[in-house]
Amino acid sequence: MKQKRKSISYSKWGYIFILPFFVCFFIFSFIPLVDTVRYSFFEYYRSGLKDIGPNFVGLENYGSLIKSDMIKYAGNTLVLWIIGFIPQIVIALLLAAWFVDARLKIHGVQFFKVVIYLPNLIMASAFAMLFFTMFSTNGPINSILISRGLIDSQIDFMGSVFGTRSLVGLMNFLMWFGNTTIMLMAAIMGISPDIFEASEIDGCSSVRRFFYITLPLIRPILAYTLITSIIGGLQMFDVPQILTNGQGNPDRTSMTLIMFLNSHLKSNNYGMAGALSVYLFLVSGFLCFLVYRMTNNEDMDSSKAAAKKAKGRRK
Amino acid sequence: MKGKTPNRIRSIFAHLVLIILSFMCLFFFYILFINATRSHADLQKGFSALPGNYFFQNFMNVANDGTFPMLRGIVNSLVVSGCSAAICTYFSALTAYGLYAYDFKLRKIAFTFIMAILVMPTQVTAMGFLRLITKMGMYDSLLPLIIPSIASPAVFYFMYSYMQSSLPLSLVEAARIDGAKEFRTFNQIIIPIMKPAIAVQAIFTFVGSWNNYFVPALVIQSKDKMTVPILIAMLRGADYMNFDMGKIYMMIMVAIVPIILVYLFLSKYIIAGVTLGGVKG
Repeated sequence: MKQKRKSISYSKWGYIFILPFFVCFFIFSFIPLVDTVRYSFFEYYRSGLKDIGPNFVGLENYGSLIKSDMIKYAGNTLVLWIIGFIPQIVIALLLAAWFVDARLKIHGVQFFKVVIYLPNLIMASAFAMLFFTMFSTNGPINSILISRGLIDSQIDFMGSVFGTRSLVGLMNFLMWFGNTTIMLMAAIMGISPDIFEASEIDGCSSVRRFFYITLPLIRPILAYTLITSIIGGLQMFDVPQILTNGQGNPDRTSMTLIMFLNSHLKSNNYGMAGALSVYLFLVSGFLCFLVYRMTNNEDMDSSKAAAKKAKGRRK
Repeated sequence: MKGKTPNRIRSIFAHLVLIILSFMCLFFFYILFINATRSHADLQKGFSALPGNYFFQNFMNVANDGTFPMLRGIVNSLVVSGCSAAICTYFSALTAYGLYAYDFKLRKIAFTFIMAILVMPTQVTAMGFLRLITKMGMYDSLLPLIIPSIASPAVFYFMYSYMQSSLPLSLVEAARIDGAKEFRTFNQIIIPIMKPAIAVQAIFTFVGSWNNYFVPALVIQSKDKMTVPILIAMLRGADYMNFDMGKIYMMIMVAIVPIILVYLFLSKYIIAGVTLGGVKG
């Protein structure tokens, strides 16, 4: 009897401990979400100083968004994300494998880690501003290239689609590859050294070891990296916004979805902003579900196993 | 013996790649530093590899500029990021502990729910958020930039993983047997054990908040409450070509130096912390 009462009182503490999170989530995320969804069905915008609406219009906002450039902006977002992500994950895997490989005897691992992680901490907007000034037609990059005789005339980096997108991709790559490297390194170091030793005794080459031992064993962390990167990609805003001053130039080819949302929010077009948010919500919900299934099977299993172990010990 | 030569070649190659990547990372900051020390007239002449002697003057120009109150912005950013980092890590650890150490009916549902919103961008609720804080009278204040960080699913997930790997439940049992109350157990036993994870996540949250531009740009209107990213964006939107270029470089420099200083002091903890936690064996 006593035992039972005790366990009830402990479960009460579980609720108390998770309460702040859920209250905060409810107020600052759930209510706004409901509000956002609600207004997506209304015609509600500001014209001059006058508020138009809210008038219920059903799915009209959704339809006009599809007819607008939203699909194009979604494509831009995807392209910009891929340009940054592919080199990031490849380089990060390579570096992580090198750093933990004792036979390579990499000198100054700590120094390299500190340096490659540095850009991750730099404010994206300041970084974009820096790139904007450096790659402008009379900025230092053009000046260096000309004085070295590498080019004859100034290159207008931000005047071309390829140039602008490459700059955004380069910035995203520089900002994130160090972070990913450290994450993956931690994952590889979590693998039992016995496995590596055994593979070495069996005469496994470093390439085979990488593909058949390291990669499969760090899959959970790779998935986590993918999660964070997808979040980041979908939310991409600061870098292209500052680089192109919110215009997404040239010809709106570097306009991302969130930049589009931002322009609706800035002009107080609540109906359209709401509908766009709902689209984004559905997309991220779908991605969420995929990634959740990918990662969570193992996660819940391991937590269950841990719980079982703990229970066993308790008995 | 057999595999020695290929390893040597691979090692040289690895060092080469690392040096190139490090150069790429540092090169832009080198240019930034050099250009921040030169005057506008000097900068017009083209790039020089050596610093000028205009550093102090540029700094004074930035500090005395009323249009872009950069130093005020840094103070605002420090307040927002510091508070966010503190409450975010504390409450995330608390939530993770609540779900990790206690068995209750809604435990699994709560965990699944948080995992399900892990990937949800805050931007999708930005519109409702903006309307809500306007109704609550928190528009154009720093509070709405701080309080929502209590509910940070990603930080929670990190803390939870860390607990799975390095917090044996027997420890909690031991504390209970010794008569510690639940909150005391958390504050005096769990928090110290979680220190590496908290340090890492505090830095991530601090940096994330420091760099956050989307929400602050929507919430903050008055100049004396602006955080650094908004000021940088204003700078980009201003009539840029008429500006003193030395001052612009100095502003960018002022915006990123605090973070670099923090990093220099804490890099050891970040990198060691990531290596310690986050990974379950």
